[in-house]
Amino acid sequence: MAAFRVEIRVMPRASLLDPQGQAVEHALHALGFADAGQVRVGKHLVLDVTAANAAEATARARTMCDRLLANPVTEDYHVAVEARP
Amino acid sequence: MKRVAVVVFPGSNCDADTLDAARAAGADAYYVWHTDTDLQQADVVVLPGGFSYGDYLRSGAIARFSRIMAAVADHARGGGPVLGICNGFQILCEAGLLPGALMRNAGLKFLSRPVRVRVETTDTPFTRAYAVGDELVLPVAHGDGRYAAEARTLAELSANDQVVWRYVGENPNGSVDDIAGVCNTGRNVVGIMPHPERRNASVLGGLDGARVFLSMEARNATQPAGDVHAVGGRHLRV
Repeated sequence: MAAFRVEIRVMPRASLLDPQGQAVEHALHALGFADAGQVRVGKHLVLDVTAANAAEATARARTMCDRLLANPVTEDYHVAVEARP
Repeated sequence: MKRVAVVVFPGSNCDADTLDAARAAGADAYYVWHTDTDLQQADVVVLPGGFSYGDYLRSGAIARFSRIMAAVADHARGGGPVLGICNGFQILCEAGLLPGALMRNAGLKFLSRPVRVRVETTDTPFTRAYAVGDELVLPVAHGDGRYAAEARTLAELSANDQVVWRYVGENPNGSVDDIAGVCNTGRNVVGIMPHPERRNASVLGGLDGARVFLSMEARNATQPAGDVHAVGGRHLRV
């Protein structure tokens, strides 16, 4: 078994309204960042997982996302795994 | 007299009002703690409003794994009536007992004010004392009240008459199709964002919510409960 650092990005589904993203975009424009667009706000989770290998750690993390960390109706997620030094 | 279990989670804050509203409607209502495993022969289960687990991660996402929720799911799968109000609605969606999800209000602000809703179906254990088309004024108090569901789910809700209440006049939170409350396909699990327990007495500003609780006591779906009168702070069916 080895320790893996798992980073999970959870984002509101692209087809759904993201009012937080819109508010941040408006604020950026108000600050003069007219070049900013399509802002979306999500969550970033970082956790350690003990697993036999990276594939198993990824599978475990995806199960965690399906069961708790992301809402399958409204959110998409992305899992990145790296071995801990 | 129905036995009504009001589930209390850490962060529930409408539990006392909900218990009182159920009792005012004639129910034998009592609290069940989230760590309990037994609903004590409940006929009806109500998940009250509030901010269970501080709305961490997503509203209702943690509460759905409370120990009592296994018993609530069993009760629901057996056809037992379950009502989720506000945070209770969010918990039922997270638990998969109701379709869809509740997201951040479109306007981002927390909303705490009366809104107008229309009763869309009386074929649920919590609306049978109303008439279809009845318009009610009920308070909302939520930050995450925007009902969202996939297109296929919305089509099913419509085809199966599962939209129980819709906002009328104004959609306060950006809910799709103006949806304020839904039920499952079995029609025994119902969720509503506004708070009927906060409008069950004249002193609270109106009686529009009382029949949600009187409906639980109604013997069948076709018999209206009749007018509701506040008597000494309580409500009697006449």
